[in-house]
Amino acid sequence: MFSEQELTQTPLLKIWVPWMSSSLSQRRGSSRPQFTNCPTMIVMVGLPARGKTYISKKLTRYLNWIGVPTQVFNLGQYRRDAVQTYKNYEFFRPDNEEAMKIRRACASSAIKDIDNYFAKEQGQVAVFDATNTTRERRGVIISLAKEKGYKVFFIESICDDPEIIEANIMQVKLSSPDYENYDKEEALVDFLKRIDCYKISYVALDEEKDRHLSFIKIFNVGSRYLVNRVQDHMQSRIVYYLMNIHVTPRSIFLSRHGESELNLLGRIGGDSGLSSQGLKYAGALSEFIRGQSIKDLKVWTSHMRRTIQTAEALGVPYEQWKALNEIDAGVCEEMTYEEIQATNPEEFALRDQDKYRYRYPKGESYEDLVHRLEPVIMELERQENVLVICHQAVMRCLLAYFLDKSADDLPYLKCPLHTVLKLTPLAYGCKVESFYLNIQAVNTHRDKPTNVNIARKPEEALRTVPEHL
Amino acid sequence: MSVIENNTEQCGNSLTRELTQNPLKKIWVPSSKNGLPERHISQRKVCMTNCPTLIVTVGLPARGKTYISKKLTRYLNWIDVPTKEFNVGQYRRECVKIYKSFEFFRPDNEEGLKIRKQCALAALNDVRQFLTDEGGQVAVFDATNTTRERRETIIRFAEQNGFKVFFVESVCEDPDVIAENIVQVKLGSPDYTHCNTEEAVADFMKRIKCYENSYQPLDEELDRDLSFIKIIDVGRRYLVNRVQDHIQSRIVYYLMNIHITPRSIYLCRHGESDLNVKGRIGGDSGLSARGKQFADALGQFIQSQNISDLKVWTSQMKRTIQTAEAVGVTYEQWKALNEIDAGVCEELMYEEIQLKFPLEFALRDQDKYRYRYPKGESYEDLVQRLEPVIMELERQENVLVICHQAVMRCLLAYFLDKTAEELPYLKCPLHTVLKLTPVAYGCKVESVCLKVEAVNTHRDRPTNVDVSRQAEEALLTVPDHQ
Repeated sequence: MFSEQELTQTPLLKIWVPWMSSSLSQRRGSSRPQFTNCPTMIVMVGLPARGKTYISKKLTRYLNWIGVPTQVFNLGQYRRDAVQTYKNYEFFRPDNEEAMKIRRACASSAIKDIDNYFAKEQGQVAVFDATNTTRERRGVIISLAKEKGYKVFFIESICDDPEIIEANIMQVKLSSPDYENYDKEEALVDFLKRIDCYKISYVALDEEKDRHLSFIKIFNVGSRYLVNRVQDHMQSRIVYYLMNIHVTPRSIFLSRHGESELNLLGRIGGDSGLSSQGLKYAGALSEFIRGQSIKDLKVWTSHMRRTIQTAEALGVPYEQWKALNEIDAGVCEEMTYEEIQATNPEEFALRDQDKYRYRYPKGESYEDLVHRLEPVIMELERQENVLVICHQAVMRCLLAYFLDKSADDLPYLKCPLHTVLKLTPLAYGCKVESFYLNIQAVNTHRDKPTNVNIARKPEEALRTVPEHL
Repeated sequence: MSVIENNTEQCGNSLTRELTQNPLKKIWVPSSKNGLPERHISQRKVCMTNCPTLIVTVGLPARGKTYISKKLTRYLNWIDVPTKEFNVGQYRRECVKIYKSFEFFRPDNEEGLKIRKQCALAALNDVRQFLTDEGGQVAVFDATNTTRERRETIIRFAEQNGFKVFFVESVCEDPDVIAENIVQVKLGSPDYTHCNTEEAVADFMKRIKCYENSYQPLDEELDRDLSFIKIIDVGRRYLVNRVQDHIQSRIVYYLMNIHITPRSIYLCRHGESDLNVKGRIGGDSGLSARGKQFADALGQFIQSQNISDLKVWTSQMKRTIQTAEAVGVTYEQWKALNEIDAGVCEELMYEEIQLKFPLEFALRDQDKYRYRYPKGESYEDLVQRLEPVIMELERQENVLVICHQAVMRCLLAYFLDKTAEELPYLKCPLHTVLKLTPVAYGCKVESVCLKVEAVNTHRDRPTNVDVSRQAEEALLTVPDHQ
């Protein structure tokens, strides 16, 4: 029966919810469709130096960015905490009873932390990063998960290319705390012996014997995949992501459009053209790019005039993505912060209270932006050298993905005009180089003011507004 | 300080060409000397390669190759990748008018083999024409292609023509699935019009046998340099090898999300809204009294359908949520299901749009699919934003989607394989529920009108779409309102 139940719009997210709460209101008021009701354990499988930690960290970063609370539980870390000093590979010998005891204890400890993460910390996905190379160990994990009602998804990385393995070891193992006191050759030799310790008892996931499990087997860094029994939306997304990432060296260049006419006036949004300084930047950007001698560079812009004008100066073909358009400020489009304070002081305060989730009336939130940028990120993962010419809020979202910034940090990341960021994947993360191209521009960065209360005075609200004409 | 107008960029930088905004799609493009937009710039389309793709199905008869071919083709066309399927069985039927029996397919039937090879070549020829001369991006070559030799021929053909090749193999040994297949799509085939059910099934099983001996499935080792996906047991397991590019990655993702579990998808709009009554577009108003009645009727209808595990989705606009509230089950809100953004025309009546923006109004009638409202969206944009919804609909089973007119048209066009030209004019009246049930190679549609009066919001394309037309001509097809 349609009751007199009225709807009210939540002031921050601008979501319509029933005025009175009812038994049905559990999943209401969320700005994104919820697909999971039960936590998922992702269990890595594979010999050492097969990229398990690389995959764990990258996947975790991606899931957190799209709003799925995820955490890595790295067994090696637990072992290092338990056994303060690493001597040598003998610790990992299958006949080392003492060590086996410790390693089993570490595994239990990690699993206990996972339980806690799900039960007490609202985690949705836990990535159990360990070799998990025996059917027995995997069996233990499966029963524990079953008891608690977690879904389990295995990710196995298989690689027998000695070059890739050695490169791995050079990139991430030699600098591990385990090998602080070793020189390079000794470390390499020891690590290879460590791998041998696991090889004897390694039982890979099997198409037949493990046909009831949900898993993906990744062969040779992605040239082949075997996917078995994908259970739900989350696992499907994970598989899609894993199938799109690669390890070929490349760089991603992020930049905003050149300074625009509206930037000069301190107005947000809109679709104005470049100012004369902005045009100078476009030229400087072109020189910079040429100087970098980048092979096969792809250039992406938004559909807004200012990014396209900037790209034009490069003299190379570029693709326009609507998804790269600046955040839609709705009723506040083309206003100055002063005008927003004058006409919508409550909105202005709400935004300062939770800048990530705040949605402009008839506009978007940073959270919405991340959602719309997801296909851009997916394609960036597939590509090699790319220059993305975009906007302040958009660049913050993309940067947060690459640098693993939280939702709280994201809306305050510094992305000044006329500065190019060069991101190069390195080891488990991303190297950032910042290039200011020496063309003057206004500052468009507004810090969070001290007073975010709705009752604050205009001066308090406007204290951090950057200067403009 | 004035804002620089269009087309008159003053600068010391001669590298920046002037930009003009294409009036239909509102895309900024550089203009050439005579002020007309150049074709140089590419819009973000799915297929960024210049290289067409040939998808080649592989598998014994009754393994779902044609089902996959048709579904994949429908999906790719919907996301604007011009795709066409070429079913060799169709070519064979045109060549050999009457099908006698499975003997045609016996491996020792020289005559039969000759004809079948000719048909395959004829189909490949048409593929070449489609991809090279007709602007096609993807061709789906739907045949058994069960021998390595046949596949080699195709690979050579593709190399000669500069096409990429991607194999989609379906492997299934579950006799129940195969039997169901045969019942669903083979018995109704032109081949078996003159047979009764038992005869047809017996013949078809013998037909499958003809292929079994020479069947060489794609092999992890032997075929490791090829790009392919092996689908095992209707999606229980997949083997994916050497995905080359974006389009193949999307194809793999799609194939891994579809299923054949019987289910129904219910599409309807929100109940009549206050703005609907006033003949105004867009906005975020609540339901009118009749709209609320519809919401109740919808609740009752859904209950009567006794649907197992129904998921309900709405947009984030008040009118769909109010409607869902009456259904009385948990629902998910998708921002992606929000109505098309009419930009500067939000909350206007058609009469007002004609008055304030007669040029825009005419452009929209000229190409309603690609037309983007100033500071708003186009149907083309809508399809792009609805793609994740479609993907999730494919994963799900029973779903009720409560959405909006333009959104519903886009979703319907996907399920019923409508073109971009037809899409914006599909009839999606208020207070009517469409029940879509996959059947054979397509979708059965049942339309249920819930007998609560509502305004008509459907505006047909007027005869005169010229920008110089009279106001009356523009407004001829506007539906009545208060």
